[in-house]
Amino acid sequence: MISIEQLFSHLGYKKFSEGDLQKTITTGYTSDLLSDVMGNADEGSVLITIQAHKNTIAVASLVGMPAIILCNGRTPTEDMIGAAKEEGIAILATSESQFTASYKVAKLLALV
Amino acid sequence: MQTIPINTYNSPTVILELIYRLKVKDVMTGSLISVPLGTTMRAVQHLMREKAITGVPVVLNKRLLGIVSMDDIIQALDFGYINDPVEQHMTTNLILLEEDMPVSFAINYFDRYRYHRFPVLNRHKELVGIVTTRDISTRLLWEINHEVENLERMNQSTRITDGLSRDVQTFSIMKHDFENAGFASTEIKKKLKLNKIFPRTIRRAAIASYELEMNIVVHSNGGHITAEFGPDEVTITSKDTGPGILNVDHAMEEGFSTANEWIRSLGFGAGMGLPNVRSVSDDFSITSDAEGTTVVSTIRFSDREIKQQAEEDVQHD
Repeated sequence: MISIEQLFSHLGYKKFSEGDLQKTITTGYTSDLLSDVMGNADEGSVLITIQAHKNTIAVASLVGMPAIILCNGRTPTEDMIGAAKEEGIAILATSESQFTASYKVAKLLALV
Repeated sequence: MQTIPINTYNSPTVILELIYRLKVKDVMTGSLISVPLGTTMRAVQHLMREKAITGVPVVLNKRLLGIVSMDDIIQALDFGYINDPVEQHMTTNLILLEEDMPVSFAINYFDRYRYHRFPVLNRHKELVGIVTTRDISTRLLWEINHEVENLERMNQSTRITDGLSRDVQTFSIMKHDFENAGFASTEIKKKLKLNKIFPRTIRRAAIASYELEMNIVVHSNGGHITAEFGPDEVTITSKDTGPGILNVDHAMEEGFSTANEWIRSLGFGAGMGLPNVRSVSDDFSITSDAEGTTVVSTIRFSDREIKQQAEEDVQHD
């Protein structure tokens, strides 16, 4: 279990929305299909995806995911950032792939 | 000043959706008046007057060779070569549009280049039409008019209590309104949370309402989501105004989807929506015809869950 603050400091990814730094991440979920995320992701996971638009925030908020990592150089749209700030969800962005990001998060969580 | 005063990157979502959804072929004039090689500038001048047009393409075997504009004709009259064939004086340095490009491209082109019309080619490089700023403005006005009608019809979320003292919430959902998608499910979730319903049940209701809401946004002409909150269950009803599901059995199969590429690129249309709703519902029904589709999902606040939750709480303590 790590805090959002630790997620930012350890991954060094670009920060687009700070979210709630004290909140904790217990696991991760990697998917670009929002229905899949909606149906299968656990509350408290970090979402690793390339879906850099506002609907991702709606899904994260409904599932109860405190952070999103956007991969492959995708950057969030303005309205996505706005919605994330409103919902208190952190957005990180990286040029790394979903695989690499997932691997790093898993390592941080000491799952592997 | 912009030729078409619409900003193609940060206009309201409804407008952006329009100018990206509409293709050049949807707005262009397809019934073309063109001339073959060897036509004189004089003949083109007459044609322009007769048909009240200001530009005429020169075509050989459906291939565009050039355009004679009003300006070319004025030059020809000025310098006395009005009886020359068009190939000697037509404009050949052409900026082209392709029929499958979004209208946003055309709008940008009109801003960037000082032309009043752009020829449109299909993917076989054949001339299929011409687009003028007027074509675009007319079609956009028509579409915007339609959207405003929709907006007027859309009433805000209404909250009533029926005779059985059940709380009822209704939300209007518009076609392709990705901007507000998720609003109904978020409100339903809030309400359940307020009523101290167990998280696992809230999650099931959130899945059902979100998927139904997205289905209306993605596939229908618009509709409503209604949530009725009873003492032991919440019933979520989604009702749209068409066009209906062709084969409901197919729609219930996991992985079956009729969504287009654009919708899929947003992460929707994976064919998981309705199967997801069914799997989280205690009661589920779907009916569909050309008039619309109605889905009813009931989620009960079951004893089993209450027990499970209690056990987990003990473990956590």
